[in-house]
Amino acid sequence: MKCRRCRAGAVIELRRHNAAFCRDCFLHHCREQVRRAIDDFDMIAAGERVLVAVSGGKDSLGLWHLLRELDVDADGLYVGLGIDDYSDSSGRHARDFAHRFGLKLLEVDLPADYGFDVPEGSRAARRAPCSACGLSKRHLFNETARAHGYDVVATGHNLDDEAAVLFGNVLRWDASYLGRQHPVLPAAPGFVRKVKPLVRLGERELAAYCVLTGIDYIVEECPMAAGNRHLGYKEALNAIEERSPGSKAAFFFGFLEHAHSRFAPDAAGERDGLSPCTACGAPTPGDVCAFCRLRARATRVPVTVEHGSPEAGG
Amino acid sequence: MKVVLRNPRRDLELPAPRTVDQLLRDLDVVPESVLVIRNDTLATRDEALSDDDIVEIRPVVSGGAA
Repeated sequence: MKCRRCRAGAVIELRRHNAAFCRDCFLHHCREQVRRAIDDFDMIAAGERVLVAVSGGKDSLGLWHLLRELDVDADGLYVGLGIDDYSDSSGRHARDFAHRFGLKLLEVDLPADYGFDVPEGSRAARRAPCSACGLSKRHLFNETARAHGYDVVATGHNLDDEAAVLFGNVLRWDASYLGRQHPVLPAAPGFVRKVKPLVRLGERELAAYCVLTGIDYIVEECPMAAGNRHLGYKEALNAIEERSPGSKAAFFFGFLEHAHSRFAPDAAGERDGLSPCTACGAPTPGDVCAFCRLRARATRVPVTVEHGSPEAGG
Repeated sequence: MKVVLRNPRRDLELPAPRTVDQLLRDLDVVPESVLVIRNDTLATRDEALSDDDIVEIRPVVSGGAA
């Protein structure tokens, strides 16, 4: 198999692109896909401060590496979730990467800083572990970015992640989530901009990028994620992709081109009328934000009002 | 050849020759969901594997929906 660009021996084939690439041309391909995503969706402007959400996995470490390759100055944020050995290992991978490349890594530890871990939060709130985890990470990414003056939070969501989320949202016809599903979530009062620069790369490409650049990422899967619905969607989409290469990209980018605008009004009003959480100050439609409610249930410590009374709305 | 599967880790001894594509089919693995790493380098589907090879089949599908 030959490289499509230079005709050298290929190391990876990408059936979605009807192409194979040698190492150097594949790395070029990855950089170009990320550059194009950033440009096409106006993700990051010159001079903006970027915070990369880093888990120690292939996507986030690959993203951090790719941003630096594209001369985007980015610091990292690692959130310790208290998932036993998995969190120990993922944190080690994130720290080792930052140390190796001389990058700044901020750290937040859910058990040490907020008094509960993801398994406890999941049990106490009767939420699926991935739900409690996602809620906590979204809150802490935004809170930390605001506290340290970053303009943008970049996450490692890739094409497979986005196609699987879209698949689930379509199965349920969740109009609000469909309206919100986009590579850029703009800044709003209390929210920094969130961007997904990897939407043009599949997770197989990210894993290959890490192997070929010598990035040591955590290969083990999170034990809490086993058997979740999202993985089932990915399995189904990969079976389709195997028979019909390019299906995942056509599904996701076709949605953005033809359907997203139809659902956007369903999500447009969600950020209107928010007021600061009475405990932490984060924007929320109620008195207390979902993260502080989760924390209160998990720690059995009532929410402390620090940002005005509920009656005062902040 | 030695074949290493991950999550959970299992080591298999399988006879060569066969291509990467044949190996994945024999193991009922969807190629889109893995990388095949032969002797520490990536291997494409058409590559022939030999008895001396150490082949890792590394899953690439990850995660929660957050």
